[in-house]
Amino acid sequence: MFESITRGLTNALSKLQTGKLTEGNIRDSLREVRQALLEADVQFQVTNDFIKKITAEAVGEKVLKSLKPSEQIVGIVFRELVMLMGPVDHSLQLKKGLSVIMMCGLQGSGKTTTSGKLAKMLKEEGRKPLLVAADLQRPAAVEQLKIIGSQIGVPVYTEPTDGRSPVKVCQNGFEFAKKNDIDVVILDTAGRLHVDDELMQEVIQIDRKLNPDQVLLVCDSMTGQDAVNSAKAFNEALELDGVILTKLDGDTRGGAALSVKAVTGVPIKYIGVGETLDKLEKFHPERMASRILGGGDLATLAERVQEQFDEEEMRLQQEKLAKGKFTLEDFQKQMKQIKRLGSMGDILKMIPGLGGIADQLGGMNPEKDLGRIDAMISSMTLEERRNPDMIDRSRRTRIARGSGAEPAEINKLLTDFKTMSGVMQKMAGLGVRDRMRAIQDIAGGAMDPNVQIADKKMRSKRGPLDLKKIEEMKKQKRKDAKKQRKKNRK
Amino acid sequence: MGWFDKLKQGLVKTQKILNTDVRDLFRNGEIMNETHLESFEGRLIQTDMGVKAVDAIIEELRKKHLGRTVQLDAIWDTVKGKLKELLKSGKAEKWDLEDPLSPLHLNPNGLTVILVAGVNGAGKTTSIAKLANLLTKSGKKVVLAAGDTFRAAAVEQLTLWSKRLGCEIVTKPPGTDPASVAYAGCELALEINADVLIIDTAGRLQTQKNLMQELEKIHRIIAKKVPDAPHESLMVLDATTGQNGLSQAQNFSEIVKCTGIVLAKLDGTAKGGVTVAIRQTMDIPVKYIGVGEQIDDLQLFDADRFVDALFAIN
Repeated sequence: MFESITRGLTNALSKLQTGKLTEGNIRDSLREVRQALLEADVQFQVTNDFIKKITAEAVGEKVLKSLKPSEQIVGIVFRELVMLMGPVDHSLQLKKGLSVIMMCGLQGSGKTTTSGKLAKMLKEEGRKPLLVAADLQRPAAVEQLKIIGSQIGVPVYTEPTDGRSPVKVCQNGFEFAKKNDIDVVILDTAGRLHVDDELMQEVIQIDRKLNPDQVLLVCDSMTGQDAVNSAKAFNEALELDGVILTKLDGDTRGGAALSVKAVTGVPIKYIGVGETLDKLEKFHPERMASRILGGGDLATLAERVQEQFDEEEMRLQQEKLAKGKFTLEDFQKQMKQIKRLGSMGDILKMIPGLGGIADQLGGMNPEKDLGRIDAMISSMTLEERRNPDMIDRSRRTRIARGSGAEPAEINKLLTDFKTMSGVMQKMAGLGVRDRMRAIQDIAGGAMDPNVQIADKKMRSKRGPLDLKKIEEMKKQKRKDAKKQRKKNRK
Repeated sequence: MGWFDKLKQGLVKTQKILNTDVRDLFRNGEIMNETHLESFEGRLIQTDMGVKAVDAIIEELRKKHLGRTVQLDAIWDTVKGKLKELLKSGKAEKWDLEDPLSPLHLNPNGLTVILVAGVNGAGKTTSIAKLANLLTKSGKKVVLAAGDTFRAAAVEQLTLWSKRLGCEIVTKPPGTDPASVAYAGCELALEINADVLIIDTAGRLQTQKNLMQELEKIHRIIAKKVPDAPHESLMVLDATTGQNGLSQAQNFSEIVKCTGIVLAKLDGTAKGGVTVAIRQTMDIPVKYIGVGEQIDDLQLFDADRFVDALFAIN
């Protein structure tokens, strides 16, 4: 479902995930998002509004100041997509007595099949549905519904197609239902063009005479820009209660899903995902949006990152890190936050392009090591955590006993931690992804004494940055250059 | 009413969009700037012709008119010219607009086999009926093969049409291998010396591998019975379809080597602009257009007129 739009967006967003974010490249990437949406048949105006919203949220202080802008943008795109397609109300608002559901739509959108699917679903819910064949236009449409009815064991009310009015057929069907212990009547109306006044009048008539509890528009998910026009026209004529999107099992980019809801405000209730009569699913905007963003994973991660990393907490820790005041207590907290995201392997799999790394982890089990470290830290007193230097031999033995570890392991943790806080200080400037990698290194190192913590050079050769000094150097250079220019002019 | 009028009727909305916009966007005497182009781009996109085609047209406009004084007529000519060029790119297939059968590759010595495929609900069966009507009216003896053995009552639907048209039809019970229906169709057509055999197939989404293989089998089987068959593989495309039409054309073409497209349901507000995108990437011409629910509502496609109707000012 939606694979193609996913590909498009992932392509556009993959640029966001590498390199630094500037206002310029947010705009560039969003231009690509726009193109992807347009190619996905999302209606033009909907696309533009969408991009505007994202731009407003993304190109602002909020994002640029935060630590991991790319994830936040993914989050914003995801959230907006969900908002565009939701919220959803799956209930069909059926009454206790006899309810009526009317299906309408363009020709070939899948009304008859969907009516059958809906009847089957209602029957399984313990209802007693009746299908009414109100499509007297298309040859053999009545036949088709009869066959479907017999397949799912649902009665079908039919009348011969000798020039009768569908309105009458619907009314008779309703009377029939009253007498025959039926509690839901599903009217399968003929396909009609929204510009065909005569046929639209006919369906309006049915709507007036039978006053259905639910008017559902059946919409082909492969429809292009025109989806909005027909949905709008049907909505104006009939006051739709919901939309059923069909043929989503193909490779359609499904932009119609995005546009129809945005433009008409009518929620999408169900989706058709196959030709057989059990292939009707509830519509979940989150799932759809997830799929759009990359197989459900990147979006989930982005969401979880936003949920789990308490922003305030993060900021505090960043500050501590930067000042070098990072304690074992903080370390434990951070480990917990990362663990809340899920297993390390899962997290890696969620990031497109990093799935392979998860497999490479092989026998390594970062969780287990993190768990041991967690146990050791938990066995320390608060004071010890804040000031590891006070841990002497006797304390160490106590901690070892408390956490079921060897005293040597405690020693190693303490020495590792010292090295680590250096690394962590550097990591303060990294994004979640790089941070995870770094933690993975640490976890590996903690387990294997032979492995040194990878302390790659992350700064220039100049050594610790003395900003003032550099500033002065630059100033001097500028001055020199200016002098030189003056000289040259003379 | 000629087809031009009918098409025009269907395209009135497009015209309105384009015309009102052009009047708003470009005024005689103004200097054309990027804002103009951007808004125009939006309107073009709404015809479903695809970002690529729109870009090409906008690029052309930019090249010729940007920074110059707006002259509506000149702009029209550029847009129309480019669009016509896009529609005709690749092999230029010309046919006689007076002869409704001229786009079809009819087999001069014997039976012509036409295979019709498309996604669910595109309008295959109806288009087949219309095509059969066209052929019978030209004095051809037509046999239909009801190859949609999957969808409930699809066979009945085609049978009803065959009765109305008075042509032979081959049917088999639901669930039969459609290839065997196609084969039986070939046998009957050869036996009664028919001119044209039209094979209906079940609607299938182009991503359903098994069903596409089934289609491939049908294609293979008929070639066994009638050499060089099918002479025509028509893909029926719903005019409301968006960019997915491209994927449909590509995938169906891969399996049955489409020789043409029947653009159905062009009587709504949808413009079938995706055919421009299809034409741009592949050499599959639109041969017929469906402009209504009646049996006679099948018309020859003419790129020039299509574009003219799309942009006609009235």
